[in-house]
Amino acid sequence: MRVLTPARLGAWLAVFALALCAALLLGIAAGPSGLAPGEVVAALRGDATSRAAHDIVFGVRLPRVTLGALVGAALASAGALFQALLRNPLADPFVLGVSGGAAVGGIAALSLGAALGLGYGAVPPAAFAGAVLTTLALQAVAGVAGRVSPTHLLLCGVVFNAFASAAIVFLASLAGLEQGARIFLWLIGSLSAARPELIASVALFLAAGLACALPAARQLNLLALGEESAQQLGVDVTRLQRLLLLATSLMVGAAVSVAGLVGFVGLIIPHLLRLLLGPDHRLLLPTAALAGAIFLVLCDTAARTLFGGRELPVGAITALAGGPLFLLLLRRQQQRVFAP
Amino acid sequence: MSAATPTLAFDDVALRLGGRELLRGVTLALAPGEIVALVGRNGAGKTTLFRVASRILHPDRGEVRVAGRPLASFSRRELARELAVVPQDVGIPFPFRAGEVVLMGRTPHQGGLGFESAEDLSRARAAMEAVGVAELASREVTALSGGERQLVLVARALAQDPRVLLLDEPTAHLDLRHRTVVLERVRRFVEDGRSALVVSHDLNLAARTCDRIALLAEGRLLACGAPAQVLDPSTLRATFAIEADVLPGPDAAPLVVPRRASPG
Repeated sequence: MRVLTPARLGAWLAVFALALCAALLLGIAAGPSGLAPGEVVAALRGDATSRAAHDIVFGVRLPRVTLGALVGAALASAGALFQALLRNPLADPFVLGVSGGAAVGGIAALSLGAALGLGYGAVPPAAFAGAVLTTLALQAVAGVAGRVSPTHLLLCGVVFNAFASAAIVFLASLAGLEQGARIFLWLIGSLSAARPELIASVALFLAAGLACALPAARQLNLLALGEESAQQLGVDVTRLQRLLLLATSLMVGAAVSVAGLVGFVGLIIPHLLRLLLGPDHRLLLPTAALAGAIFLVLCDTAARTLFGGRELPVGAITALAGGPLFLLLLRRQQQRVFAP
Repeated sequence: MSAATPTLAFDDVALRLGGRELLRGVTLALAPGEIVALVGRNGAGKTTLFRVASRILHPDRGEVRVAGRPLASFSRRELARELAVVPQDVGIPFPFRAGEVVLMGRTPHQGGLGFESAEDLSRARAAMEAVGVAELASREVTALSGGERQLVLVARALAQDPRVLLLDEPTAHLDLRHRTVVLERVRRFVEDGRSALVVSHDLNLAARTCDRIALLAEGRLLACGAPAQVLDPSTLRATFAIEADVLPGPDAAPLVVPRRASPG
């Protein structure tokens, strides 16, 4: 019988943590003026080989890979949580429109908040609020008496996303945000304009979200049996759902504030991890956070370096990978529903 | 019935939901060591009664007691140690292995850290062996047949080690052998003073394996008693709207032969 032991959990966490270190190192080393891994390590240790190396590492690349890791961790964990909550492997904050709602919140703070003297620091809380409201709206529209129809859920996501895109463009032009290109980056999802000053607040949001979700990992397993069975096994499902609403909104708010609408990370990572490790959330959730971080750092490094001097938004890369996977999963779910 | 405290007692339980009266004053008590069959047409309120017993739904009137204690005085976790439900086949969206699903039954007994103890493992293994699914432990539940999945859910409920077992059509997808295995196992389960309430559409199986049969129609208990006492053409007409012959069967259990649907 496959059983999760502390040793097995610890071993996998160690593997993913090491891989994350390697990804971060690669992300810091790669770029227009490339550094050797040795130079990166030396700079991180505080004895950089040159002034330039020090500035590249600490001024440019370390903040960027850190933000990328935080965004990836938040999106992948939120995806795993949404999938458990909605009992649907297709659920993802981007697909469901929750990221879109968070982005509207963030843009509203950015465009309207300027008049009130709010700085960029107001964006994460506003994005969090947007995510909460969107999730509640999603539950209200797609759910009937606690039951959520997968089809309705996905349709709601489509409409929420269209609505969110429109609202983002509307708010931006209303406030006369001259940086049209910046709005484009929000919509497609990019780390190129990510603000290093957000690292602390976003890390806090992610940590708070994980602190809510990780202790509930075993209860998330029980949700797979259905809400009633989970209750009959002693889970306070209403409380768990509120906790997850809080956790996912914190994570999505954090990710969107930094990078805008990076899509499908929450779909890709949990799916791959379930294939590798099985669906046990005690293992899936912490590894999803680490693997999401690895994935986004690598995607962003590719976006920065693969196309010569031109930089691709990282959201374009995740969407190119995630779109086909989503369709594959949808097809598989369809086959299961209509199987004789 | 003996003077022993009932393991599960419904006392005049009534419930309206969405303008429909689902239960209209049901009074029923399970004695220790007893298996009671709950039979009735679709929509008669059988599953609703289960939901009330496991506190998914709250009655508008009346009270439910488990081992003499009002249901409301239990925490969810405490209640899960007293009462387990085998649901009708549920779709499980993620590829958990059968062994993992059975281990989930141990949740109400587990401590904070969230890892399974040696006792959890041995109880889960014993429960799987008891219903003959030990060899499925490493298979993914999503790949099992409906009947196999049902047996896994029975094993999960046994691993939960409750005082009262509620089974919602546990034999619906099972072949003859596995029906017998499950009901034999339920009989052994109640031997040491526990009880089981079994929803079944198979009257003859219920008559042969249960101590009493409770007939439920439109949210009301029409009759409850030994199979030979309550299964007769008039109660069957009232409960199921069928015309049926009741013949003396083997082992003093009546044999019900449905003939046709009652007119109107």
